Amino acid sequence: MVLSEKYQLIRKLARDFCEKEIPKELQDEIDQTGDYPQELLDKFKQYGFFGIKAPREIGGQGGDTLAYCITIEEISRVSSVSAIYVSGANSLGTGPLLLAGTEEQKAKYIGGVARGELFPCFGLTEPGAGSDAGGVVTSAVRDGDDWILNGRKAFITGAPIADFCVVFAKTDPKLGSKGITTFIVDMKLPGVSCGKPENKMGIIGCPTSDVILEDVRIPDSCRLGEVNKGFSNAMKTLDYGRLGVASQSVGLGQACLEEAIKYAKERKQFGQPIAKFQAISFMIADMATELEAARELLYNAAVTKDLGDPKASMYCSMAKYFASEACNHIAYKALQIHGGYGYIKDYRIERLYRDCRINSIFEGTSQVQQMVISGALLK
Amino acid sequence: MKIIVCAKQVPDTNEVKIDPVKGTLIRDGVPSILNPDDANALEEALCLKDANPGSTVTVVSMGPGQAMIMLRECIAMGADDAVLLSSRAFGGADTCATSTTLAAGIKKIGDYDIIFAGRQAIDGDTAQVAPQLAQRLGLPVVTYVQKVREYKDKSVVVERQLEDGFEVIEVPTPCVLTCIKELNTPRYMTIGRILYACESDCIKVWNENDVELDPSKCGLTASPTNVLRSFTPPPKGKGEMLSGTVNEMAAAVVAKLTEKHVI
Repeated sequence: MVLSEKYQLIRKLARDFCEKEIPKELQDEIDQTGDYPQELLDKFKQYGFFGIKAPREIGGQGGDTLAYCITIEEISRVSSVSAIYVSGANSLGTGPLLLAGTEEQKAKYIGGVARGELFPCFGLTEPGAGSDAGGVVTSAVRDGDDWILNGRKAFITGAPIADFCVVFAKTDPKLGSKGITTFIVDMKLPGVSCGKPENKMGIIGCPTSDVILEDVRIPDSCRLGEVNKGFSNAMKTLDYGRLGVASQSVGLGQACLEEAIKYAKERKQFGQPIAKFQAISFMIADMATELEAARELLYNAAVTKDLGDPKASMYCSMAKYFASEACNHIAYKALQIHGGYGYIKDYRIERLYRDCRINSIFEGTSQVQQMVISGALLK
Repeated sequence: MKIIVCAKQVPDTNEVKIDPVKGTLIRDGVPSILNPDDANALEEALCLKDANPGSTVTVVSMGPGQAMIMLRECIAMGADDAVLLSSRAFGGADTCATSTTLAAGIKKIGDYDIIFAGRQAIDGDTAQVAPQLAQRLGLPVVTYVQKVREYKDKSVVVERQLEDGFEVIEVPTPCVLTCIKELNTPRYMTIGRILYACESDCIKVWNENDVELDPSKCGLTASPTNVLRSFTPPPKGKGEMLSGTVNEMAAAVVAKLTEKHVI
């Protein structure tokens, strides 16, 4: 896709920012310690990265979905864990509020995130409700003007550092996925706690944990949208999350491709750079071609989403499915080109390989995307 | 305050290829950027604006239509508006004709308090345009500004970089200051400003008629510079920086010299 000046500048901003602010040494340090520097988060906030799509009137940048995708792609090219923070703030955490929030809720929560004062998390997944998101058993029971929430959310990205969680809970157990309501839960409320941060394979530096809700009392003003209408809200939000993961995949794929090209030109065997061997150069051709196809699919999905195309959800799933699988193929080949050195942590490709593995899993596995795509075609 | 910044779009490389026949730069296929020193000039202007609410920063450039994206970048960093001096008549200008054109544009804007420019552009490296501009506008100029010490009511106190130190100069305003990278660190654009820069009508394009300039006074016809010969110097070998303690570095130098059979 030929991009207009607007998107070229957005790409330049994200690329300049990340290359300068997140040098390789810092990337390694985050991966080794699991600690993400607060100063770096503050800089992301200062330059408005947490409110790319949030309306200007409440402190956001007023960008569109393509602007969001290009930004996430460029951040992920340098630091995929940083992209998780930025994507989380822009998509999952604030998406349900944009869709169903009252003006007051939007100003307080989306505005708070966009201005960098609040960090959100998204509480849909449960130990027994992953791909089958409609199977949540966290309950919300009406008690006068309040609601009482009980349950356990699992694998919640950013939960230990979040200020609020968008929680999906059953308000009518008989109705299945049509009996789910959304709530905004302040993480400091009595009865809210986080589990131990998971010891993950990749994207280290953004804590992921359970969120435990024990008799949490919240006022009805913290209900988001109508009672029993939470599930469609969640599904629509996932479109943005899926575009985020597709963007992360394209950025990571780009990083892998660049590392592979650099190494193939430097590394000499049999008296010449290995890039001269067709076995290597054809792998690079395949990687670049698959990456470019993923990028086109992503940008197209982003544009259709903003246009309100009825097939947009399917395109988002296609982009997520194809790009996340592609970045795994690309990372595999990039590491293969590095040979034994690629298996050693001194080389960047080792981390990229670990970081990209999650992309075909979270925000709906590749298999769930296949269900969404085929479901749209066969309904 | 009304602050003006001169900026130029340049090829993104220090190793520009030169057309062996025409003696001019080959720009095709080379990505273009905001000249680095000009980014420092803009940053200084923006800092001055931040300290004086109500001030405006206008960026002025001469160049082809493709320079619009560079001006949008300046606005996305925080400039209020921009003027692109663009016309066939301006083409092929040397520094002399360029400064005539910029001066005409800036006169039309008028009423300025201070003008910032980069020290030099990375494509031609002449460092001539800003001093020439100052002369045409009848303004004092301080080049190689590494620090602004104080803005006073009718003057500004700056440090001017020398090879072995710096001198402190107080210069009356309005004046032209040329900026070097030691002066500051240019800020990033923001996404919101990028959208504003691309979606609003904040860049004017002026030709020779707009700035009331006789076509014989601009462009190639008004450029006395004759390029006798251009060549690409042979690339120098890369130096190697040593680090560590003095003893370690000395040992490393000895090892290298021994390896190359110098000693």
